[in-house]
Amino acid sequence: MAWGLVELTGLGVFWFFGPMFVYGIMPGLDHLIGKDSSNPPDSVLKWLEQDRYYRWCTYAYIPLQFAALIAACWVWAHGDLSLIEKLGLALTIGLVGGIAINTAHELGHKRASLEKWLSKMALAQTAYGHFFIEHNRGHHVRVATPEDPASSRLGESFYRFLPRTVAGSLRSAWELESERLGRSGGSPWTLRNDILNAWTMTLVLFGGLTAVFGLEVLPWLLLQAVYGFSLLEVVNYLEHYGLLRERREDGRYERTRPEHSWNSDNVSSNVLLYHLQRHSDHHAHPLRRFQALRHFDEAPELPSGYATMMLLAVIPPLWRRVMDPRLAAHYEGDLTRANRGVASA
Amino acid sequence: MSAFRCPECGYTYDEDSGHPREGFPPGTPWSEVPDTWACPDCGVEQKVDFEAV
Repeated sequence: MAWGLVELTGLGVFWFFGPMFVYGIMPGLDHLIGKDSSNPPDSVLKWLEQDRYYRWCTYAYIPLQFAALIAACWVWAHGDLSLIEKLGLALTIGLVGGIAINTAHELGHKRASLEKWLSKMALAQTAYGHFFIEHNRGHHVRVATPEDPASSRLGESFYRFLPRTVAGSLRSAWELESERLGRSGGSPWTLRNDILNAWTMTLVLFGGLTAVFGLEVLPWLLLQAVYGFSLLEVVNYLEHYGLLRERREDGRYERTRPEHSWNSDNVSSNVLLYHLQRHSDHHAHPLRRFQALRHFDEAPELPSGYATMMLLAVIPPLWRRVMDPRLAAHYEGDLTRANRGVASA
Repeated sequence: MSAFRCPECGYTYDEDSGHPREGFPPGTPWSEVPDTWACPDCGVEQKVDFEAV
């Protein structure tokens, strides 16, 4: 699409189409189209779960993603672009990769091995194969507790959260796989380790593209990967900000309920992100397919769609001004009930 | 041999078949599965929440 616009208008600025779309057009659409808090009736939910149309919407993203990545490598290598234009293209492709993590997320939660395999393929572009493990077995188990690297805390800025979640998720994914493989007496250094086989896909992908298009595409590939996964992490940041599950008397955390994730019913961002924003239902019932996710009145609601909230998240004072009062209202003024990064008693 | 079901998603651990991918070969009794083991499908519930079927 960016390519089309550049050709059409002759303006190199459209190599930045991705960021323009997500930071400019999408927040506008969120504002204009607004929210939809309605739920399909229960009788339709079952049919929705099974309708294959929605499944193909997730599968179809992956060939498009790889076609875009290959086209971008061709342009980096042969398309007479200035450095700034190449950077624009890297950000645009990074966004494609970031949204692919979202696709991988939907697919990775399903039982079918085809869907799990496609999930890893979608993650290859951003070198985030370990997400496949950490998200399902780490984040979902520990969500909204101080033990989860991917649940942001009250007062924690995005810039403090980013290194904590990137390093913490990686460590946790490795521990989970070591533990799983260790139970049958194996070492984690095997291709049966889902982190290593997913990363191998990235090595093959980046290696292949570099072999075909030359060494000059490698820095751009790395840059778009970092940008792509940072995009995922900014979304992680806003999904559970400050929310905390209470400890029960036996020392375990209460079961994950809709109240432990921020929800957002904005239509346009939801269409783009496979309803990821109906996050409260997702965490309470992770296997539910995206088209059947519901709105819950008891779940805290973000003031706008993810596209808008991402802009706030990168400006910490603005984020805190908007979100801290909402968090306080959710906990009826008692912020000791929020996730402040200390294990609760 | 008995089986235990995750109350959230319906995944069932059957002692006969175990869960080899998770490191529990066929025949692994439920008592040998660690308490903190989370449901391999949904991750919402842990072993202690599972119900006998």
